[in-house]
Amino acid sequence: MSEQLPDAGPPAEVLELAGVTVRAGGRVIFSDVSLRVRPGEFVAVLGPNGVGKSTLLKAVLGLLPIADGRIRVLGAEPGRHNSRIGYLPQRRAFDPATRIRGVDVVRMGWDGDRWGVALPGRLGGRAGRQARDRVHEVIALVGAEGYATRPIGQLSGGEQQRLLIAQALIRRPDLLVLDEPLDSLDVTNQAAVSALVQTVCRSHGVAVLLVAHDVNPILPYLDQVIYLAHGGAVMGPPEQVITSDTLSMLYGTAVDVLRDRTGRLVVVGQPDSHAEHRS
Amino acid sequence: MTALLAADPVTGLASMLSQPFVRNALVGGTAIAALSGLVGYFVVLRGQVFAGDALSHVAYAGALAALAAGIDLRFGLFAATIGVGLLLGLLGGRGTADDVVIGTTFAWVLGLGVLFLALYTASGSTDNGVANVNVLFGSIFGISTAAATTAAWIAAGLIAVLLLIARPLLFASVDPTVAAARGVPVRLLGPLFLAILGATVGEASQAVGALLVFGLLAAPAAAAQRLTADPWRALGLAVALAVLAMWAGVALAYAAPALPPSFTIVGLAAAEFAAATLYRGLLRPLPT
Amino acid sequence: MSGFSIGGLDLVGDVEHLLSYHFMLNALRAGTIVAVLAGAIGYFMVLRRQSFAGHTLAVIGFPGAAGATWLGLSASLGYYGFCLAGALAIAALPAAGRLTAGLGGYGDESAVIGTVQAFALACGFLFVSLYKGFLSGLTGLLFGSITGVSDGQVLALLVAGAGCLLALLALGRPLLFSSIDSDVARARGVPVRLVGTAFLLVLAVAAAGASQITGSLLVFALLVTPAATASRLTARPLPGLLLSVLIAVAVTWLGEGIAFYSPYPIGFWVTTLAFSSFLLATGYRHGIDRLGRRRPATPRGERRGEVAA
Repeated sequence: MSEQLPDAGPPAEVLELAGVTVRAGGRVIFSDVSLRVRPGEFVAVLGPNGVGKSTLLKAVLGLLPIADGRIRVLGAEPGRHNSRIGYLPQRRAFDPATRIRGVDVVRMGWDGDRWGVALPGRLGGRAGRQARDRVHEVIALVGAEGYATRPIGQLSGGEQQRLLIAQALIRRPDLLVLDEPLDSLDVTNQAAVSALVQTVCRSHGVAVLLVAHDVNPILPYLDQVIYLAHGGAVMGPPEQVITSDTLSMLYGTAVDVLRDRTGRLVVVGQPDSHAEHRS
Repeated sequence: MTALLAADPVTGLASMLSQPFVRNALVGGTAIAALSGLVGYFVVLRGQVFAGDALSHVAYAGALAALAAGIDLRFGLFAATIGVGLLLGLLGGRGTADDVVIGTTFAWVLGLGVLFLALYTASGSTDNGVANVNVLFGSIFGISTAAATTAAWIAAGLIAVLLLIARPLLFASVDPTVAAARGVPVRLLGPLFLAILGATVGEASQAVGALLVFGLLAAPAAAAQRLTADPWRALGLAVALAVLAMWAGVALAYAAPALPPSFTIVGLAAAEFAAATLYRGLLRPLPT
Repeated sequence: MSGFSIGGLDLVGDVEHLLSYHFMLNALRAGTIVAVLAGAIGYFMVLRRQSFAGHTLAVIGFPGAAGATWLGLSASLGYYGFCLAGALAIAALPAAGRLTAGLGGYGDESAVIGTVQAFALACGFLFVSLYKGFLSGLTGLLFGSITGVSDGQVLALLVAGAGCLLALLALGRPLLFSSIDSDVARARGVPVRLVGTAFLLVLAVAAAGASQITGSLLVFALLVTPAATASRLTARPLPGLLLSVLIAVAVTWLGEGIAFYSPYPIGFWVTTLAFSSFLLATGYRHGIDRLGRRRPATPRGERRGEVAA
């Protein structure tokens, strides 16, 4: 945080990618991806497995070098302002034997990266009380009060996901980076978590970059989508991008986008789409 | 047994504490136990029990190598454990080394230990067999005042380092991906912690022996984890339980000379663990 | 056959000389049985990621033998009794978290095993110190010796070993299935828990038998190293299993032979030879992987397909 930011408030763009190419192990993961995310925008990264959706997020976080192009995150190089980004990696559940409470996991998001130990109870002084207040606040925000003090390994997938979103939110980030947060959740929980992310995005003005392989639970909330394919990407409002013409052009093969009676979108003929349904 | 039972407890305790060898055992033992409890909590949390097990065998080989070379046993002990700890951390790369690699390596290191034992016993007197047993099973009543003080200072230093890195280490142990994204030097902490673990194994070997280190490292920490899910409380509890096992073990071994202190200490630590497991079994679901 | 003499060394003559001692003959017989067993069972141990449990079972024999000696019973009885009891205890641990590497710590189960192991060793030490004058036997219990194998012990080993191999043959396919994908195996009707327990019992018998030759602390070298070496060289189950056995036998024979002519103990030679083979195999695997990365990626045989083959 040594870099002084101009006092003129947040920059116009939270995130800006221009012509970004990423290589790993001698293979081009994706190339020439451009993207702009403004404050308070809800953006989904879509595409079949293996096109580098998670890789894109890692590049945004500065965890992976880019081969070409330019990334600006909160007006600086990637990795510079990661404490102002809430990150939820793609993951499996916590091991049932993990004997750490949910509140402790949330608290790690607050000061888990600082050296030394947190002083217990009143010894922590004002900073300690502030941290505890914020932990409670953010747990209330995600609606996890009922189970936050139970060992996290014993919670359900949806409960764990809420607590991890609380952890990502605790530092009042300007950007939320969520990697498949709806994966491995049942339909009810998918809807609930999507609505929660939407609330955070709208009422707190946090920009959201969310990776998903099923667009339907978040479709009503999206401002923009970026659709990745091997080699390229298309970005724009969902109704413009998720169409038969755009996707067929992107993949170079016939792809149909169908809409069922309830308004759900189904993408048919998309390469690798069969492999998407993981257990 | 008679010494403690004949007189009233206070006199018995006073006479026990008047023995220099008991005082040395308590000074060195307390520091070592506190360190073991603290390090043990992270060992259990990070799932590195097997690495700790490997390091205890490395401690044996290192100590016997030093004995065979005719230098201070502790040089070999610490050089081997810290060195291999760092190596395991660096080889593992992504935080934890593969179990199979650890097992293969420490099986060989133990073979080296046998070689040093052969070299050492071939060259020395009958005392050498006793030294071998001491390295394997410890001799806390045999610690000199100087050795006890040194052990206590080393333990204090290691505790200070560990407390300094405790919070990022906890973060990196529970959620390495997010911790790395937040700037916690996860790749640095892994080898650093294994080096601290190595030094701790070296310390604990002096008290309970290379083979029994685990009684002090794993048992109190696992017991504490069963009693509370609050990480900081669990850390404190692990330290308290380890120190308690040490004190009670020393007192019991003093009162009943037939029982070796290493057995009483490790036995009591295991009993604490069994008690915690039973308690947790009776009080399900977990309170907080 | 004198063509086998290298640089003045008459290998054939040396081997004949070595075999003319009855104790060496017994050591080689026992070593072969132990190596075949350890190589085969170790392969599954590595596959199931139960190295730590295997190591604990190996050292648990020590208090058994020490206790049996203290009580005036046969050490073999102590080895088998304690190892089998230890296997049942480990099998009784809650299966939660086993074979998974989820987020957060998964060290709780290994903490339990570690505690059991330390306590068992502490008990062994207690028995040794209660049995005064037994201290000289301690090194033998822990590190083994090749000179003390009797005809009766070889026979007992042969029976135990044959039983273990038969059990392993019977378990074979479901064991492999549940080791690789326990959820699917369970869904297909494999009694995963039972198979796991049976395997631990076989492992215990093998560890107890081997402990009497190599000592409690070095059994593990024969269990883990040949299997780890084999799994570096091939990903196919049957060749891997055979290779593991082959390496274990070769390492044991060579180690015993060299130990006979050198002043250093057998434990050192066997572990060093085994570890060298592991290092060579690891180097070989790295080389292959590096070559493979330069070429266009060739599809590696699908694991499940190979299992069925």
